[in-house]
Amino acid sequence: MEYSELIIEAIGTLTVNKLRTALATLGIVIGIGSVIALISLGQASQQAIQSQIQSLGANLLTVNPGAQRTGTVREAAGGGTTLTLADATAIETSTDVTAVQTVSPEAAKRTQVTTGASNTNTQVIGATAAYANVHKISMSEGNFLTDSDDQNMTKVAVVGSQVVSDLFTDGSDPIGQSIRISGQTFHIIGVTVSKGGTGFQNQDDIIYVPLSTAQKQLFGIDYLTSIALEAKSSDVMTDAQNQVGYLLLARHKFNDPTQADFSILSQQDILNTASSTTGTFTTLLSGVAAISLLVGGIGIMNIMLVTVTERTREIGLRKALGAKKKTIVAQFLIEAIILTFSGGIIGVGFGVLASFLYSTFTKSLFVISPMSVLLAFVVSAAIGILFGWYPARRAANLQPIEALRYE
Amino acid sequence: MKDEPIIQASHLSKIYKTDVLETVALDDVSFTINKGEFVAIMGPSGSGKSTLMHILGALDTPTSGEYILDGENVSLLKDDELADIRNRKIGFIFQAFNLLPRTTTMQNVMLPMAYAGVPKEERQERAKKFLEMVGLGNRLTHTSNQLSGGQQQRVAIARGLAMNPAILLADEPTGNIASNQASEIMSIFQDLNDQGHTIVMITHEPDIAEHARRIIHVKDGHLVKDGDDHKQRKAVK
Repeated sequence: MEYSELIIEAIGTLTVNKLRTALATLGIVIGIGSVIALISLGQASQQAIQSQIQSLGANLLTVNPGAQRTGTVREAAGGGTTLTLADATAIETSTDVTAVQTVSPEAAKRTQVTTGASNTNTQVIGATAAYANVHKISMSEGNFLTDSDDQNMTKVAVVGSQVVSDLFTDGSDPIGQSIRISGQTFHIIGVTVSKGGTGFQNQDDIIYVPLSTAQKQLFGIDYLTSIALEAKSSDVMTDAQNQVGYLLLARHKFNDPTQADFSILSQQDILNTASSTTGTFTTLLSGVAAISLLVGGIGIMNIMLVTVTERTREIGLRKALGAKKKTIVAQFLIEAIILTFSGGIIGVGFGVLASFLYSTFTKSLFVISPMSVLLAFVVSAAIGILFGWYPARRAANLQPIEALRYE
Repeated sequence: MKDEPIIQASHLSKIYKTDVLETVALDDVSFTINKGEFVAIMGPSGSGKSTLMHILGALDTPTSGEYILDGENVSLLKDDELADIRNRKIGFIFQAFNLLPRTTTMQNVMLPMAYAGVPKEERQERAKKFLEMVGLGNRLTHTSNQLSGGQQQRVAIARGLAMNPAILLADEPTGNIASNQASEIMSIFQDLNDQGHTIVMITHEPDIAEHARRIIHVKDGHLVKDGDDHKQRKAVK
């Protein structure tokens, strides 16, 4: 008997009990669907994070204050107060530091910001003119902060597009308007071009004010929360990292680099960390989805065993009429594979739809890799073979007399 | 031509063993059936006639003894080889018809030919021919649940003929159908016998057995009486 005939016959058999066929397939549909959707979401968020981090600036190094040690107690990382403007100036002027092009000292804090009617809580960054170069900030309106703003401690602000839409809901031009940051009035002199991006670091939800103003008038601090550095080229990133590292170790009087009260991260480090984190999550979630696929496969085996028992007389007749073992095995295996494979096709459809809807509603990337779709088809067919094998063997090994007598 | 043996059974025994019990279903049975015969095997239930039918039908193998069907020694064969023998040499007609449900009469008749690998066009041609022969030329696309018991049994006969087998093996062929349709079935058997088909029929009803030319009586696993060859068949009313 040819395979094409067996396939047609199997489809005919499966359409007889449509509800049962649909329910048997459901486990595979859900399993494959969730694997596809989760892989897609994982890849989308990975790509989003990568492009976001790359948009922060090329050849970027960030010096962060390290964890403070008070005796043996280690405080939270990033909370240190040891990084100062003098450190930034030293990096800029030192003759030993040759690989760094621009230095941007920064002091950042989340602060309440209000206009007449609206208010929002956003990131306020005290910055110098160098910030725009290091972080590749472009202006859509007005100008960025200048060195004289910093020297004169003026109360001017440059705002991101998200801040504009949060505070100026009536659509009026923000340039020249005033906003209140921590109760003090600032005049808006510029709006930055949107960088996009969502989530933990929204590049558009930021207000920039002169560094000196931020330190003395807003936050009341004399330290920096970070220093951003632009290396001269991507080839000298490591040199820059080392030169700045030794300089700061000497300035902070540390001999042992492992004891340092600061850390220097390159863009690549951040990228790697973020990628490996999302990668771990994707793997973990796909693993959970794979378990539902396994459960679906067991469901298929269960329904195939019921089918074999129900059709004992039919199997007996087929064997009496000359069906060989392998023909019976093929018949039932094909039924199982059709069940799982069609479940796989529907599951891929649902998975793609789910991730498409998710990306539409969250305005995030929509990524479907052909590999995951192909894998889904192969896996669903393999589940059919794996879980259909035992019931099919059982059918083929029935003795024709016993099977014909079966009531 | 007249005495060409098609079934040679010599010293057939079948013993069913369980842990505590040994049941002799068939004890040293020997007989020969020649080509073109119409034989009824009779006996009460438990006489061993079903066991004999299973062995003759290559559905089971004897514990000892030798069974030669159309020149092939069936007693030595493995499962798949037995399937092949059943396919090519035996046309089964069961008491319960055993047609595939939700399947057309044509497809039912074509099934053994599909297992034999007969090309599709030839299958259709032959299925149509045999269905016309049993008077169901106008029921080709009906499914089995749309047919009466007698009609279903006629589909089964057409299916039995499909591979042009050495013997037609009928197991209580009229057991599940009304008596007027039963005589139709017997008349088809007699016509087929007239055309030269060898028919072996298992039954416990004496008046059905009367339609055959030769009656073999089985009791307690033994062959108790083998009727005369070429006896007068009882005509169908």
